[in-house]
Amino acid sequence: MGKSVIVIGGGIAGMTAAGMLARQGYEVTLLEKENETGGHVAHWDRLFPDRRKASEVLEFTGEGMKDVHVARGISISRITRQNNEFTVTCGMQDAGSVMKSHFTANALIVATGFDLFEARRKEEYGYGIYNNVITSADLEVKFKSGKGILTAEGKIPKRIGIIHCVGSRDEKVGNLYCSKVCCVTGVKQAIELKEMYPGSVVFSFYMDLRMYDRNFEELYYEAQQKWGISFIRGRLSECAENPDGSIVIRTEDTLTGKPLKMTVDLLVLLVGFVPAAGTASVAGMIGLKTGTDGFVNPADSHIQNNLSGIPGVFLTGAVKGPVSVTEAIADARAAAALTSEYLTASIEEHA
Amino acid sequence: MPDFGYTITKDRQLDHDHGDFRYISLVRSFEPSLDLCIGCGSCSASCSAAGFTDFNIRKLHTIIRRGEVESVKTELKKCMFCGKCQLVCPRGVNLRNLIMAMNRAIELLG
Repeated sequence: MGKSVIVIGGGIAGMTAAGMLARQGYEVTLLEKENETGGHVAHWDRLFPDRRKASEVLEFTGEGMKDVHVARGISISRITRQNNEFTVTCGMQDAGSVMKSHFTANALIVATGFDLFEARRKEEYGYGIYNNVITSADLEVKFKSGKGILTAEGKIPKRIGIIHCVGSRDEKVGNLYCSKVCCVTGVKQAIELKEMYPGSVVFSFYMDLRMYDRNFEELYYEAQQKWGISFIRGRLSECAENPDGSIVIRTEDTLTGKPLKMTVDLLVLLVGFVPAAGTASVAGMIGLKTGTDGFVNPADSHIQNNLSGIPGVFLTGAVKGPVSVTEAIADARAAAALTSEYLTASIEEHA
Repeated sequence: MPDFGYTITKDRQLDHDHGDFRYISLVRSFEPSLDLCIGCGSCSASCSAAGFTDFNIRKLHTIIRRGEVESVKTELKKCMFCGKCQLVCPRGVNLRNLIMAMNRAIELLG
């Protein structure tokens, strides 16, 4: 065929789209800013709702992109489009020195993904100040290490608090949107903590639990029935540290209408999605439109969800907003199918 | 000393660190389905007693779970055991038995 595609971003969505197009015979280059592909999934231990290993999903996706040319350590400085050909100018880390490089292709897939909300911005929650306040992502890294979860003092946490909606649904940090996957992640992590330490108690503080997909509500039910996780409806207002390192949290138990105080040994903040740092610059270079939330807007939210409105430029994954791994994979396959359709059609038709 | 009328007001916050959880562990052993509550309020919305008094069964079993019992003791007496709460509960909590269990726990523990 001789047609080529550049995929920007080597997370699960970018990898899936790149692999699918390469298997169809297109010449595919995947540009990744980090030194490894895999994105956030590479740092996750297990995935909801069935707690299968994230590494298995990554392995499957990686195997599917044997024919993809992967360029790592890339920072994009310019993207131009001329006669239906895109040129991406990059700085590339090579043995310590930065060298310039150009890549050209007939189509672009933007899969720049997301960053995790910087929990330090919710200063009142104490992340980065109190040693026993960690994020859901930190917890996954600890799970993945297989070393057990201990407090900063090296003790087994007897009481664990899990805080939902950190950096999401919060005008104070400028994020009105729901990150949608934190709810079920919190339930999954509560179960995993309880499974690890049956003698500990796990409390989950939520505004509402958005168990939107298949088997999510069942996981919530299991968390209550089998694992005895306590769900308390109320958003954390602030916390403080005791001399022994434990954390005092203050919230309202909105179901009894009373303020509630509790000491926990470990506090886990469920951090949400924010647009990746690279999204704004890539969007600016291509001329993609972003919403007030900073995520890229597709041409149409229902029927052209993978199209950008610019011929030859396709969108997939969390660049458009929060998605689960399952959704990112399905969305990437859709983007790849539409890219293939575009490339097989006469390019002039789309000009 | 003259009485200026100053008193120390009791904090109305739920202090989970110093709660009395003997009641809830008994209640839970009598009626484990309580753990499945999602706080939707179907029980209190359908409650016959709630139509005439400020009786709120959803609040009562939540308060007891948070380690408080005093307010529950008198309030529980307003229940007429009609069982409508149980019919509507979307999580299948056995509410009639739950109320019996709370009464029993209060009877046993005082």
